[in-house]
Amino acid sequence: MTAAPAPAFEAPASEAGSHRAPDPGFGVYVHWPFCLKKCPYCDFNSHVRNAVDHDLWRRSLLAELDHYASETAGRRVSSIFFGGGTPSLMAPATAQALIDRIAERFDLADDAEITLEANPTSVEAEKFARFRQAGVNRVSLGVQALDDRALAFLGRQHSADEALAAVELARKAFPRISFDLITARPGMTPASWAGELARALEEGPEHISIYQLTIEPGTPFHASWRRGELDLPDDETQSAIFEATGQTLAARGLNAYEVSNHAVPGAESRHNLTYWRYGDYLGIGPGAHGRLTLGGVKHATRQHSAPEAWLESVGTHGHATRARDPLAADQKRQEITLMGLRLAEGIHRDAFVRELGAQPEALFEAGRLDALREAGYLTLDAQRLAATAAGRLRLNAVIDHLLG
Amino acid sequence: MTDQQHTRNFAIIAHIDHGKSTLADRMIQLCEGVSERDMREQFLDNMDLERERGITIKAQTVRLTYRARDGQAYTFNVIDTPGHVDFSYEVSRSLKACEGCILLVDASQGVEAQTLANVYLALDHDLEIIPVLNKVDLPAADPERVMQEIEDVIGLDATDALLISAKTGQGVEDVTESIVQRIPPPAGDPQAPLKALLVDSWYDQYMGVIVLTRVMEGRVKPGTQIRMLGTRALHDVNEVGTFQPARTKGEVLGPGDLGYIISGIKDIDEAQVGDTITDEKNPCAKPLEGYKPSVPVVFCGLFPASTEDYEQLRDALGKLRLNDSSFQFEPENSPALGFGFRCGFLGLLHLEIVQERLEREYDLDLITTAPSVIYRVMKTNGEMVELHNPTDMPDRMHIEAIEEPWIRATILVPDTYLGNVLKLCEDRRGIQQDLTYAGDRAMVVYQLPLNEVVYDFYDRLKSITSGYASFDYQMEGYHEGDLVKLDILVNQERVDALALIVHRSQAEGRGRAVCEKLKELIPRQLFKVAIQAAIGGKVVARETVPAVRKDVTAKCYGGDVTRKRKLLEKQKEGKKKMRQFGKVEIPQSAFLAALKMDDQ
Ligand SMILES: Nc1nc2c(ncn2[C@@H]2O[C@H](COP(=O)(O)OP(=O)(O)OP(=O)(O)O)[C@@H](O)[C@H]2O)c(=O)[nH]1
Ligand SMILES: C[S@@+](CC[C@H](N)C(=O)[O-])C[C@H]1O[C@@H](n2cnc3c(N)ncnc32)[C@H](O)[C@@H]1O
Ligand code: SF4
Ligand SMILES: [Mg+2]
Repeated sequence: MTAAPAPAFEAPASEAGSHRAPDPGFGVYVHWPFCLKKCPYCDFNSHVRNAVDHDLWRRSLLAELDHYASETAGRRVSSIFFGGGTPSLMAPATAQALIDRIAERFDLADDAEITLEANPTSVEAEKFARFRQAGVNRVSLGVQALDDRALAFLGRQHSADEALAAVELARKAFPRISFDLITARPGMTPASWAGELARALEEGPEHISIYQLTIEPGTPFHASWRRGELDLPDDETQSAIFEATGQTLAARGLNAYEVSNHAVPGAESRHNLTYWRYGDYLGIGPGAHGRLTLGGVKHATRQHSAPEAWLESVGTHGHATRARDPLAADQKRQEITLMGLRLAEGIHRDAFVRELGAQPEALFEAGRLDALREAGYLTLDAQRLAATAAGRLRLNAVIDHLLG
Repeated sequence: MTDQQHTRNFAIIAHIDHGKSTLADRMIQLCEGVSERDMREQFLDNMDLERERGITIKAQTVRLTYRARDGQAYTFNVIDTPGHVDFSYEVSRSLKACEGCILLVDASQGVEAQTLANVYLALDHDLEIIPVLNKVDLPAADPERVMQEIEDVIGLDATDALLISAKTGQGVEDVTESIVQRIPPPAGDPQAPLKALLVDSWYDQYMGVIVLTRVMEGRVKPGTQIRMLGTRALHDVNEVGTFQPARTKGEVLGPGDLGYIISGIKDIDEAQVGDTITDEKNPCAKPLEGYKPSVPVVFCGLFPASTEDYEQLRDALGKLRLNDSSFQFEPENSPALGFGFRCGFLGLLHLEIVQERLEREYDLDLITTAPSVIYRVMKTNGEMVELHNPTDMPDRMHIEAIEEPWIRATILVPDTYLGNVLKLCEDRRGIQQDLTYAGDRAMVVYQLPLNEVVYDFYDRLKSITSGYASFDYQMEGYHEGDLVKLDILVNQERVDALALIVHRSQAEGRGRAVCEKLKELIPRQLFKVAIQAAIGGKVVARETVPAVRKDVTAKCYGGDVTRKRKLLEKQKEGKKKMRQFGKVEIPQSAFLAALKMDDQ
């Protein structure tokens, strides 16, 4: 009667390249907005609260999920992501209830990737087994650094040893793990970073995210930086670190499938691939963003970000939607480019056609496209538009130029 | 109308920074023109630019009531004037409205170039001059020496010079008393036909054109039908009054009064400074002498950063010119920059100030091209063309000779720095005319090509003399020179807005310097940028700006694409400050900055 469903996940194309655009999948993102302590560099929607009413939060998240489910019901869900904040502080029962409800209201793929972000402290590690039971099959740990002084500087609540212990426990509890490191910290040299990275690789991760310390407005780090107190590595050092990271990890079989994400083939984060491939995703919980095709039109959704206001709104309206805007063609053109060029696989022609009904040649000014190709920053072939390694190293400027 | 016998009209003149505006502050306080609460330093410097730079740009008038030691009240019309050479036109205009002036000399610095220049202006106008030594509170003050200088260098009797500190207020009352005693009251018959000088004018958003006038004879009041003898404009007066310093409505202005007239003038061209205002019903026989038009010596192109702003720029230039008759403008078209205006100024500071005022007061984004002087090109066909813009240089084949303007520059400097000054002048093709000493200070006079002076001479002079030299100049005449056009190319494209005319002997060095400077000014971008300087097609210097090494945000990219998109849009906003040349973006500020030379 119907064709066999396509596999829920397609790994990024190999060098040879597939002729068909990969299915971007459909993901559900759940935001947990609480942390034990606010890190001085962080501008995510995270808050510190003395007490959290876990029952109320579970009911409210379920309510918001139900609200959206009525509009998107029946869609096949290829991934779930519990992000934060620190979702490992969530009661495992909450994760359980949400996963069960998603399975009930949507078509949850058997091989769906279900990720939990976790802070690598002993407290959270104790809960790993219960999260696993709830259905979580992948964990992403915020290790951040493997140097105790750096961890203290970053305001973290754990030591390097504690983090490594948590990684090992996670390894035992979950089929797939990943961890985050923050590089380009003040005072870092390519040599000191190489040592830290080597130590991280001893854990044998199949997926690792390497973020560069970004000074975000409104954070305590921003204030110190403005006062000239942060001695960040210069451009030259940063690019050396960036390039060396790519090489070291590639030598260990971890490919930079995205600007800051590295994985052995098949271990890529499917949920994040949905973002980068500009697929649809549902976002619930405070401050969650979504991209949903409703009535044939792609919408940008955003939920109320203040936790208490979110709760209240869900209590009265069943959801806390703050924005639900149809996206204009030019906005979609910008978004697909901003996200897709971060991927090594680039943006498939079919994806441009799917979202914008046009080929890249018709979407970008010829002069800009040609200049970027000539300079060796972009490639455009029969299948896809992609940034080269040189292009990805300067991706902001490339995208800037491309979009005019 | 005030009692003429009890009126004193005077200007405060001095070299830059010798304390004119500060002395005006003390007088305002002494006469209680401003409440203590509203008082602030250099009260009359009310433009933001003046306050930021700490200099006076526009002459300002204030009317004060002074109670003298003889028990009588006197009306003072005080004009605070600017000291910088580029604004000397403001001084000469102000002096026409006065019977006397206070010559302020910094007792620690002594007589400087603008002191001299301003004294000569005052003597030209037959004004009573009261010499005053200021800043006697400073430990470095040396009144004896400075008095001697006043006698030696200026030739003015300084035995009666007053010693004051405008800062502490010491001696200020002696100044006001001398004003009462030494400056003559204004003459003029109130019954005669109206004859008034249009001293200044500006545009007020609510009131339209406001005219500042000095009445010489007759009277003007609301209802008077006034005629401008020069522009022939005819208007009914709505309001008259004075600045005390707040604008204060009055009933009538008579001889000796320095006040304003509002008369519904809409067309800004109708209010030309220097014009004579009379009463249409009872006109005066002859116009006043008026002002000598100022002659711009530095020219540059001003272009709106976005082409839609062209009309707005024209309107703004018109309004600004009303307030500053010493600059000129005419439409110009550049292949690189589109439609804009060729503007003439009295100097580089003047240029900078006009540019900044346009940007701030009229909210415009501007591109300024390289400043240039006027060259005279003798063509082989016998024709002579005046060249205001290097891009208009005729083909070499058609040029017989090029002449450039020269100036006569007077520099005063402590003799320890004399060597540096002489070297600078020689490097700039100067020819020494005179060298004299007064104590341990030297006065040198040089003939210099103006184009060697316009960009950065003044800055250089300040830096090689630790700020101790002062400088003044007059136009002298045209002389032939071996001049060539230096083109600047960015990625092989000629950028007309950066072209300049230089002496052949300096062309190469200049080309190298501009290329180096541009290399610093053009931010690294995605593509390599080649910068070249060429003379008649031959490349004499080159520099390369390498491509950006790294520019990527390696942060956790969640589902918040909206934020990324907004960031992108914000960046685009920022790009408006850049001009696109092929693939290359040049910051607007570079067009002027590229030509300012660093200390070598
Ligand atoms: N110590 C001391 N400083 C003074 C005195 N008078 C003025 N100054 C300072 O000298 C500087 C220049 O003063 P201004 O009154 O702005 O000088 P100006 O002559 O109006 O300057 P321009 O209008 O730019 O030509 C300021 O920093 C004043 O505070 C004084 O009597 N003693
Ligand atoms: C959404 S955060 C939450 C993770 C978890 N709460 C934790 O801190 O371990 C995901 C990751 O973003 C990275 N991150 C947060 N702020 C950053 C910043 N200012 N610069 C670079 N990376 C940052 C950290 O590596 C962090 O693990
Ligand atoms: S980095 Fe993680 S733990 Fe720290 S404040 Fe941000 S979300 Fe919370
Ligand atoms: Mg002043």
